[in-house]
Amino acid sequence: MDYATIKELIELAEKEGLPISEVVLRVEIGETEQSREEIWQAMLENLGVMRESVATGRAGQIKSPSGLVGGDALKLRVNNTLIPGNFYREVIINALAVAEVNAGMGKIVAGPTAGSSGIIPAVVLALGEHLQLSDAQLTAGLFTAAGLGNVVAKRATLAGAAGGCQAECGVASAMAAGASVELCGGNPNMVGQAFALALKNLLGLACDPVAGLVEVPCVKRNGFAASHALTAAQMALAGIESIIPPDEVIEAMHQIGCLMPASLKETALAGLAVTPTGLAIKERLNQ
Amino acid sequence: MGVFDIMGPIMIGPSSSHTAGAAKLGRIASLLFNRKIEAAEIFFHGSFAETYRGHGTDRAVTGGILGFKPDDERIKDSRQLARERGINIAYQTIKLKEVHPNTLLIKLSGKGQSLTMLGSSIGGGNIIVNLIDDYQVNISGKLPTIWVLHQDQPGEIGVITSVLGSYSLNIAFMQVFRKKRGTVGSSIIELDHLPGHAVLRRLEDIKNILQVRYIPPL
Repeated sequence: MDYATIKELIELAEKEGLPISEVVLRVEIGETEQSREEIWQAMLENLGVMRESVATGRAGQIKSPSGLVGGDALKLRVNNTLIPGNFYREVIINALAVAEVNAGMGKIVAGPTAGSSGIIPAVVLALGEHLQLSDAQLTAGLFTAAGLGNVVAKRATLAGAAGGCQAECGVASAMAAGASVELCGGNPNMVGQAFALALKNLLGLACDPVAGLVEVPCVKRNGFAASHALTAAQMALAGIESIIPPDEVIEAMHQIGCLMPASLKETALAGLAVTPTGLAIKERLNQ
Repeated sequence: MGVFDIMGPIMIGPSSSHTAGAAKLGRIASLLFNRKIEAAEIFFHGSFAETYRGHGTDRAVTGGILGFKPDDERIKDSRQLARERGINIAYQTIKLKEVHPNTLLIKLSGKGQSLTMLGSSIGGGNIIVNLIDDYQVNISGKLPTIWVLHQDQPGEIGVITSVLGSYSLNIAFMQVFRKKRGTVGSSIIELDHLPGHAVLRRLEDIKNILQVRYIPPL
């Protein structure tokens, strides 16, 4: 049993009558010769670190070394004059929380990367709370996300330096969307559709961080990409399909990443990084 | 790629490429050198050159050289810790040809010996080592890896693989390289199982084997 594409992943799940998470887990057992328990335990440990990083970030005592980032998760948490929709708000708070912990050189799970590490825990843990899901269910959701990301790693890239932010926050959002669909009871095809819908809408996203730090726009972008994942999951659960299939969206992302100039791929040589404010921040930090 | 390359590693922020990958590369360089380090020169290429200070790449690779894993909270203070250990580390930028955008060149020296390693952080905290001194290699650090320098002569590889086989160690991947026929050969052996001290010592004791280094999986 193995998969090189999202299509194969979905077909395996459908053929065996299994959720995508279980297919991903079985393939991992086959490839690593580790036991189901060992692999499961390692993913459960990831869930634990995610939960800690969410809690740390939500408490709001973080400041990154540059001073640019920290305290926004708390701001969102304590403010009572917000747009209605508590669940969406919780997701955004969680995403900012983890991204702030990361910027503050704290401990996180890089999933798929550290710069995008807030997105998957934000969605998975908020859904867990809202739907009262067990840790086993949430852990399964992480396997689904990992399987989807694995295909992107094999066929394209997960590095901002090679593919721009579409390859980090874009893919994280797509992985979170797919995991959400499974957690909400959607079928394997819906998981793939949610993945495609989310990634498609973040194609072309540049990686142009101010002063080269994983802070601006990265931290807040985790909040946006997390809520974006929910939009894609909502559509997919309603039966809305991406006209472009998931694997072709990955190909498109890869092509766009290759065409993107190096100045927009984590080098801080263009875009937001070279705005007057961006440059002023860089100069201040270099002093 | 396994699922924990994607959901993982558990690491100190802020960047899997710039922090975790760099820490891994530093740690591998230190394991390959396997001597007391007196001085280190670290060269940053590409995206690393542009942003190494802001991402803490300098602290991460330094932490790796000190032997820290990517989830070690001491990474934050590694430059200070290196100074306390009497290691003189210089950080510079460099422009290399035809390498990954996140590439590091690490030179370690101590006790009259030195080692140069070229490696890249290829995303999500995954790495690849391309060059050790003048030897082309391809090390991911995911499997238990042995680096052997040996005489380039008939039967040498067979001797090595027989020893591993006698300890029931299965070879997953193996790469053999030499600079010039009949000189020194370099073998990279990636194993499916963890080798014990005994097998490593057994390899070191073989007459035509010049050096054995072991990199446990990260």
